[in-house]
This record gives sequence, C-alpha cells and structure tokens, in this order.
Amino acid sequence: MWRDALLVAGKDLRVELRSRVATNQVAPFALVVLVLFAFALDPSRGVLTRATAGLFWVAVLLCSLLAVQRSFAMEAADSARDGLRLSGLDPAGIFLGKAAAVVVQLLVLEALLAAGIVVLYGSHLHGALLLLGSTSTATVGLAAAGTVYGVLAAGLRVRETLLPLLLLPVVAPVLLGATRAWEAALSGTPADGNAWLQLLGVFAVIYVTVGVIAFGPLLEDG
Amino acid sequence: MSITSVRATRALGIATLAAVAATVALGLWVTPPDVVQGDLVRLIYVHPPVAWVAYLAFAVTALASVLYLWPRTRSLAWDRLAGASAEIGVVFTALTLVTGSIWGRPAWGVWWTWDARLTTTALLLVLYLGYLALRRVGGELETRAKRSAIAALVAVVDVPIVHLSVVWWRTLHQSATVLTPSLQPTVHGSMAWTMLLGFCAFTLVYAWLLVHRYRLETLEERLETEGLSLALAERRAEAAEGVLVSPDDADVVIDEPVASR
Repeated sequence: MWRDALLVAGKDLRVELRSRVATNQVAPFALVVLVLFAFALDPSRGVLTRATAGLFWVAVLLCSLLAVQRSFAMEAADSARDGLRLSGLDPAGIFLGKAAAVVVQLLVLEALLAAGIVVLYGSHLHGALLLLGSTSTATVGLAAAGTVYGVLAAGLRVRETLLPLLLLPVVAPVLLGATRAWEAALSGTPADGNAWLQLLGVFAVIYVTVGVIAFGPLLEDG
Repeated sequence: MSITSVRATRALGIATLAAVAATVALGLWVTPPDVVQGDLVRLIYVHPPVAWVAYLAFAVTALASVLYLWPRTRSLAWDRLAGASAEIGVVFTALTLVTGSIWGRPAWGVWWTWDARLTTTALLLVLYLGYLALRRVGGELETRAKRSAIAALVAVVDVPIVHLSVVWWRTLHQSATVLTPSLQPTVHGSMAWTMLLGFCAFTLVYAWLLVHRYRLETLEERLETEGLSLALAERRAEAAEGVLVSPDDADVVIDEPVASR
C-alpha cells in the first residue's frame, strides 16, 4: 500500500512540476486573495494584523479547492482513470498517494502565504512549533477530505460547482481549529492552542480512515 | 396497491392532522402566557419539536445509508429512504433556524448570533444541501446510491466534530429544558403536556411526509427505468395491431402516434 502511495504521489507531483499549474496559477491566485483581503478590510493594517489567522486559513481553503480540482482533472483526461483502475494498484494506496501529493503542494503554498502575510499584513510569526504542528495536521485533514470528495465528484458533469458545496462545509472544523491554533500561537500563548491541535488531529485521522475505506468503491463508480 | 392507499397510512394521516390540530389549540388558547416571556413562550411548542425532527431525519438518513452500503442489506429501497428523509431533514432544519430566529429577535435582541447550537445547525443545513445536490446529479441508480450513501456518512461524521468544536467556543443557547441530565423537566403543567404533544405531532408529520416522499421517489425511479421499456412495448403493440410495417418506412409509421398525441 505504501509503495503504491509513493508511486502515485510521485506521479502527481511530477505532473505538477512539469505542467507548472501550481506555480503559475494557484500560487498567484493565493497572493491575489491576500491582496483582496487587504483591499476589503483595512489599509491601515490594524484589522489585518488582528484577523491574520482567519484570513490565512480562508485563503488556504480556497486554494485547496483548486488543488483538489486539479488533482482529479489530471485523471479525467485521456481516460487516465481507467488506467488507474487497471493498474492493479491498491485503492487505499492511490488515495494516500493523491492525498499526499495535495499535502505537499498545499504545504509549499502555505509557506508562500505565510511569507505573504508577514510582508503584506505585518504579522509576526510567534510560536513556530504550534504553527508548524497545526498547519501540517490541518493540511493532512484538508487533503484527505478533499481527496474523498474529489473522487466523489470527479465523474460528474457539474463537478466544478458541486465540489465547493460539498467540501467547504465538511472542512469547517479545520478552518475553526486551525484559526484558533494560529491565533493562540500568534498572540504568544501557544498553550491555548493544544486543544485545537487535538481537534485537527482527530479530524485528520477520521478523514484519512474514511478515505482509505471509501476510495476503492468510489473509484470503481466513475 | 401502493403504500399511500393502505389503511394504516390513512390512519397515520388522520392521526397526524388530529395531533397537529390539538397542538395548535393547546398551544394558542389553553396554555397560559409565560411570566417572563409572555406569548413568546408559545414558540417552544414548535421550535424544539421541529429541531428534533431534523435530527431524527438525518439519523434515519445515516442509518439507511449504512444499510445500503452493508452488502447483506443492500437494496435501493434504503437509498430511497435516505434521500426522502434527508429532504425532510433539510426542510425541518430550515424551519428550526427560522423559528429560532423569530424567537431570538425579541428574546436576545438579535436575529442571529454565532452561538454553538446555531452554528452547528446552520452547518447541518449546508452539509445536507450539498448531499441533496449530489443526489440530483443523476446517473445510474446504483452508482448514485453508493455515492450518496458515502457522502451522507462523511457528512454525519462531521456533525459531532463541529458540534464539539463550537461548544468549546462560546455558548448562549439555553441548555436542554426537558431532557436535562438529571431527567427533571423544568417545564410544568399544561405547558409540559403541550410540548410533549408537539413532539408527537411533528414526529407524526415526519412519518407521514416520509411515506409519501418515499412513494414519490419510487414512482420517479420507475418512470426513469421502466418508462422507456413501457413506451416501447406500447409501440410494439400498436404495430402488431394492424399496420403492416416494412422495414424501410418503419420510422414514419411508428412516429405517427407520437405526433398525434
């Protein structure tokens, strides 16, 4: 299973590296979102600095939609999906691989966004350990839930509109938990964030499990 | 014979009407206004029962989804039940939010507040709106059933997570009045009875709606799967009746009845 996961993740990341969609479109999109928040909220930085955690995670959520969409658009072309089914790879491995590829892309994007909020919003990144911990846990949860819904919506004509409607409410706990953990870290009281870190962990475990179980049947359906 | 014309279903309908009428009568005229809240208190005969039905409906959806996914009990009937129940659940969740809002405006001074209970309920509505949207996508029945059953379970897993996370946030909504931890209701006399009646009445409404929605779902599915074969059989019968059709102008002759309808 793990070998299959590595294979699929490697394939997805190689496709991403070669097509440069992530670097040329998703990353600039993330920056556009950050700048738009600045337009919408406050030119004098006060509100932006206070709302940093929430804005960061909303931006991540929007980008994760694009990443998931992209991850399954790749499989839609040239009946790659049938190839995937015929390849004899373990469905659980395919799920873990695709989710891992999304995690890697999102982590890169989050590093970029973090640099963006420091420069644009003037926030200071305190509590690095909690920031790193909550971000990576939240990203795993986000990618797992996203991959489940990605394959669910993949075969459908209306997937572009259906995916946000299905995915965004389900990942609401990630937004909530990650924002609170970040607020705790940024305000210099990392101890407050531990409960939220646990919530993020629970979410990630549940959705990775759901994905491992449900991915096979959902892939067959296509 | 369809399930909606069975005597039991009719009895259910009559019982539902009677219970709702009794709730209205007791709630509006018999029970006294509250000392503190005045007539506003009458909403408790509607709001908690409606919320209860919403929970019940989603629980039924989750259960039916599990039964569909479990190979031994796999049957499209469970899928129909899940879909019908989710639809009623969405309507009643919306009603919960509306009646709660009507109560909240005079009592709390705001239509809406980001309280744990309210946030969870709003999220429940959005989650299942997504589920219904997924059901509408179409495709083969088995595919749709499997897909939506998994989606329903993913959604229902999310509810307790959200609920816990927002409870830690902050809470304004009053805690349970009837099902208190010590099982000592804090509502008294005719009000308590009316509230209990309200719960029964709305549960009956749910059951009645479910039966009818389920039947409608069955009919729609039959139209989809058998509609074409029925139409084809009709055509063949017509062709066999009289007109001798040569293979070349078959389309012309077969098309005629359609045009004349």
